[in-house]
Amino acid sequence: MPLNRDHLGRSTTSSEPFEVTRGDIRRFATALGDLNPAYHDRAAAQALGHRDLVAPPTFLVTLGFSTAAGLITDPELGLDYSLVVHGEQRFELHRPVYAGDQLDTESRLDAMRDAGRNELLSIVTEVTAGGERVATTTNTLVSRGTAAARPTTPEKA
Amino acid sequence: MPSYAEVEVGTELPAQSFALTRADLIRYAGASGDFNVIHWNERVAKSVGLPDVIAHGMLTMATAGRVVTDWTGDPGSVTEYGVRFSRPVVVPDDDRGATVDVQGVVEDKLDGNRVTVVLTATVDGNKVLMAARAVVRLP
Repeated sequence: MPLNRDHLGRSTTSSEPFEVTRGDIRRFATALGDLNPAYHDRAAAQALGHRDLVAPPTFLVTLGFSTAAGLITDPELGLDYSLVVHGEQRFELHRPVYAGDQLDTESRLDAMRDAGRNELLSIVTEVTAGGERVATTTNTLVSRGTAAARPTTPEKA
Repeated sequence: MPSYAEVEVGTELPAQSFALTRADLIRYAGASGDFNVIHWNERVAKSVGLPDVIAHGMLTMATAGRVVTDWTGDPGSVTEYGVRFSRPVVVPDDDRGATVDVQGVVEDKLDGNRVTVVLTATVDGNKVLMAARAVVRLP
């Protein structure tokens, strides 16, 4: 079943700020096997000029599913999650994410298009902290095999 | 940390190889909150047509990015990072798991002391990421 294109442009905002803790950053970095001191040791992060522990560049994925969930789980959209694979991911970090940040998000269903038999949908999330721009993330999902069947091209006379 | 002045288009970053085992996938699921069953359950992975359990794309992305952050030393230097997932990383149920080989090369020098690094991530010689690029700010 093709996705409901009426949902293009819909957006949702976080109901309360997402608090980034030192524990969150250490746990995420540890799961990556990444011992970079800027993720684990506050003094080391500060020696690099940062105010607190720095989050890994892909850390914001930890709030991605919860923030965009309202957009992609809406039954009216018609997205079957068992057919979904992750197509692309992009992070623009206007500044590093730090321990202590209180992050607000606004996610928008930014693009929907066919790609062969699949459909692609992109969710763009603006991440801010107290009104300051922190990051823009773009998550493109592939909905496998759901593109509308195209009428066969009539033969030219 | 390498300086903007000493880095040139074509400068190669130190290449690295990373092993991803089933235990790494479980750890990443917990830390990221992505508990999709295809990342830990072989039976379900095979039932949806995958050869075996596959790594989270975001784990592969983060792992490849290590080549950039280990090079600069300061993860706060990364201002942009984007990838396309071109092929799943299949992680067998053994102690070796899958090995992701990552290379990086400076593709462009930008204003504001920034450079673009293009990354190549392969498993058994097959590319698992496409259009993998990071922009980093150097001193």
